[in-house]
Amino acid sequence: MVQLTLPKNSQISRGKSWNRPEGKGKWKEIRVYRWNPDDGANPRIDSYFIDQEQCGPMVLDALLKIKNEIDPSLSLRRSCREGICGSCAMNIDGTNTLACLKGLDEVTGPVKVYPLPHMKVIKDLVPDMSNFYAQHRSIEPWLKTDTATPPTEWKQSRPDREKLDGLYECILCACCSTSCPSYWWNSDRYLGPAILLQAYRWVIDSRDEATGERLDNLEDPFRLYRCHTIMNCAKACPKGLSPAKAIAELKKLMVERRV
Amino acid sequence: MSMRTPLKSARNLGSAKEGADHFWKQRVTGVANVFLGLFLVWLIASLIGADHATVKAKLANPLIALSLLALVVSGTIHMRLGMQTIIEDYVQGEFGKVVALMLNTFFAAAIALASIFAVLKISFGA
Repeated sequence: MVQLTLPKNSQISRGKSWNRPEGKGKWKEIRVYRWNPDDGANPRIDSYFIDQEQCGPMVLDALLKIKNEIDPSLSLRRSCREGICGSCAMNIDGTNTLACLKGLDEVTGPVKVYPLPHMKVIKDLVPDMSNFYAQHRSIEPWLKTDTATPPTEWKQSRPDREKLDGLYECILCACCSTSCPSYWWNSDRYLGPAILLQAYRWVIDSRDEATGERLDNLEDPFRLYRCHTIMNCAKACPKGLSPAKAIAELKKLMVERRV
Repeated sequence: MSMRTPLKSARNLGSAKEGADHFWKQRVTGVANVFLGLFLVWLIASLIGADHATVKAKLANPLIALSLLALVVSGTIHMRLGMQTIIEDYVQGEFGKVVALMLNTFFAAAIALASIFAVLKISFGA
């Protein structure tokens, strides 16, 4: 059955307190999930105190301040710091989002930071994305054509191009997939909202000639039909997209080609 | 530790190339159940306080009996499909899953057969 309690070696304990407030300032407590594969210890929650007057406004600014000035052993992924690379996806204040887009002031009380839920943890806030990326690779996310390549570009009408709006903006941060209970229980077989949104992006592309083959590849009780319209994906997406709608469109196409 | 590549695991056994049929049947029986369910509510309400002979006479009406049989068929198919989804969602071991799916089919078939038998028996005047 589905495992609802944490195994003994994953149970989280209270960790250290760093940089306790001293003097004036606007202090904010950041509680961060820490786990090191090398020390054999259980995960713990460390508390870091940040003077917001000496720190940028976003959660990522606080995490980088911690790493740079307080505790260099903290591990996290980050790159663009402006919501376009998807690297700093993590669970903040109970919601999957990008640390660079989440303001410290949006959270009342201590800011609780965990890695993306239900993913294997490599260290601290760094989840193992291997399966997620392999699933993306498995839907063959590139233009597939049999017609001879034209000397210039593949043409696309404006209305056809507009069909990609709400899909092409996906940055594959995995906030949606890791917020989906169906993905938690069956991530080995269910593709999850992010990958299905990407799959739909290629199914609906007017230039792609492998539409039927793509739908064949998706028509599976586990790959596609584990989606039960829970809608956590649309709620979590930091880019405001709706993977649930893309999945519903895929299900409609599956019916359309057989009735 | 598995030495398979992540892509090998993601592709796994390939697509079953089915699922749309399950999805479509669930919707069709769902829509049918809305109307047939309302019919059942109406039927029960119209028989409140009625004696045995009245109920038997009502169920001898072919339209009533056929509607009840349709509800039994549509309802049990819907029930089986829904439970199948829940089993596939939550039962993780392959053996347990196969056993649960079989029992689910047997249970739905038993409910359907018993209900059909009961409706026919009353309808044909046992």
